[in-house]
Amino acid sequence: MKKSVVMSLCVVALLLMLSACGNSAMNQAGGSDEGEGNGSSSDDTIKIGTILPFSGVYASLGKDLSAGMKLYFESVDWKAGGKKIELIEEDTAADPQEALRRTRKLMDQDQVDMLTGAVSTAVAYAIRDEVNSNQLPYLASHAGGNDLTRGERSDYIWRSSFSSWQLGNSMGQWAYENVGDQIYVAAADYAFGKEVSAAFMEAYRAAGGEVVGEVYPPLGNNDYASYLTTIADSEADGVYAFFAGSDAVRFVQQFEEYGLKEKFDLLGSGWLVSEDLRESIGSAAEGIYAASFWDYNLENEQNQKFVEAYEAAYDRRPTVESLEGYDAARIIVETIEALDGDVSDPDKVIEAMSAVEFDSPRGPFAFDQETHHVIQNMYILETVTENGRTENKVIEKIEGVQDPGE
Amino acid sequence: MEIIIAQLINGVSYGMLLFVITCGLALVFGILGVLNLAHGSLYMIGSYVAYSLTTTFTQSFWTALIVAPLAVAVIALVIERTLLRVTYQLGHLSQVLLTFGLAYVFHDLTKWIWGSNVLSIRVPDLLSGSVTIVGQTFPLYRLVVIGVGIIIAAGLWWIQNKTRWGAIIRAGLSDREMIGALGVNINLVFTTIFVLGGILAGFGGVVASPILGLYPDMEFQTLILALIVLVIGGLGSIAGTFTASVLVGVLETFGRYLFPELSMFLIFGLMAMILVWRPSGLLGKQVVEG
Repeated sequence: MKKSVVMSLCVVALLLMLSACGNSAMNQAGGSDEGEGNGSSSDDTIKIGTILPFSGVYASLGKDLSAGMKLYFESVDWKAGGKKIELIEEDTAADPQEALRRTRKLMDQDQVDMLTGAVSTAVAYAIRDEVNSNQLPYLASHAGGNDLTRGERSDYIWRSSFSSWQLGNSMGQWAYENVGDQIYVAAADYAFGKEVSAAFMEAYRAAGGEVVGEVYPPLGNNDYASYLTTIADSEADGVYAFFAGSDAVRFVQQFEEYGLKEKFDLLGSGWLVSEDLRESIGSAAEGIYAASFWDYNLENEQNQKFVEAYEAAYDRRPTVESLEGYDAARIIVETIEALDGDVSDPDKVIEAMSAVEFDSPRGPFAFDQETHHVIQNMYILETVTENGRTENKVIEKIEGVQDPGE
Repeated sequence: MEIIIAQLINGVSYGMLLFVITCGLALVFGILGVLNLAHGSLYMIGSYVAYSLTTTFTQSFWTALIVAPLAVAVIALVIERTLLRVTYQLGHLSQVLLTFGLAYVFHDLTKWIWGSNVLSIRVPDLLSGSVTIVGQTFPLYRLVVIGVGIIIAAGLWWIQNKTRWGAIIRAGLSDREMIGALGVNINLVFTTIFVLGGILAGFGGVVASPILGLYPDMEFQTLILALIVLVIGGLGSIAGTFTASVLVGVLETFGRYLFPELSMFLIFGLMAMILVWRPSGLLGKQVVEG
């Protein structure tokens, strides 16, 4: 009797592990269609399909991307090229299989004219072939895996967000010049974390620096004490860390609690100190250097407009994901405008999309015609304390960072 | 040498954190024989209530430390009285299904109330300092958690072994009908234990969240950790849970230090070995269920 209880316990534990790993435990059964506009599928409506995680661990990212898109569509009154825009949102729960099903539904049932979204790179890879073979114009608005605009490149896939390489590479030279010639690398053990830190190390070594240690805690690790004690024992000048979400909150807080902040500079990607995490992180974020392609405090006219409109509409600060959604919506609208509303030929849509250039809140925006990936400025941020709360301050601009595409 | 001692302290403090998280589950399973898969959810509710209390209403961690477990206790009381009681006759499977279903309900409810952002609870100023031992800096709060774990363990042991209540509980575990025939209100005993389990879960939520944070799906991660400790320690034994917590904490910490790539494997390897070598866990009781 007792034995069977133990066994069933193990089975339950195993099932939980599996469901947690796949992030699919929380899939919503129904769809989450939120057709804006009037939903009539006549010729005067252009349908935009969106695949984003509205449940699971990336839910807050999906929510912000969606909010950013809607803000822009709202600003053009849901119209472009003389036609109505209809947005059809599907919840992927960041699960590749689920995303593929939802993408097929958008293609077959809703017959969308364009597709956008994907937070998880695994999702973007999972739908890549389907999108490619069906010639559906797809604007990747978050997923940053390098290969999507390298080996997995497709005529129909363009990316407006960032690549892992852009994030990691932009910090390498700067870190060598401003932090020191010895660095310790700590990154979450998953594709994105490894890609970004690899790009960083490549650039850092090329600049002349030495990586004195590397450690890759599992994704969703809850206690960094052991890693931090090991790092504290090293002779590095700084620590380059790639963590996001709850991992970032814990890592940054524990980095300070274990006294590493006094010994090392902490640097990483913008997600270490992103707009929606810093309040949770508290004062431990102060003094961190991060690389990103946008920040709340970026000073330009477009950003000021964007931030004001976003705060007026949602009563909270935009995050980098909000900006990604906002820009993606703008690219879609400008593409439709350029075609005077005729989106029936996917090749023409792609041609028009590739030519879209504008001043984004992040700075000048243009696509690389070769890689289909955005060329953009990268910014080095420093987190400082102002009026009792932490703010990111832009301390350096690296202009026109272009992914090498191979 | 110094780094070994430092890692040992890290391990013990992580282990105690695991114990604080697990003890409520172990208590309920050991005495009621109910595998409460909503344990992680009760833990999560404790965390979120504490978050609301510390950020909006009172700003006081200490108030939250008392109020949040009580709020969870009320929920546990309602669950036991209305839903769980019915399943005592039906066996493990229906209890597992019921509590797992509840976990999903609580998941959506908390998401609805508190959203899906990553949140955290500040350590109170009194405990936010650092201590330097063997040349390494440790957060004072971690050391306090070690103390809290030891106090809870001692308290539970004392209640179970040295008080009349403990005697009734142990008797009820061996023979439910007989203890009822002797004039003890066994239903009351069961309700009390389940509520106590809820209080411990909520308390664990408040104590652990300054370290582990609050985020979507946190309850399932917590539940997995708690189940691993429970299986290794042996069912129905507070001493076993305590030993297993420290063992898992120390092993995982040294695993991360010595073989960072293998740290997860080590824990599951340990679990598999224990199951082969001692199927009822390290210190599991050999009691046959009635």
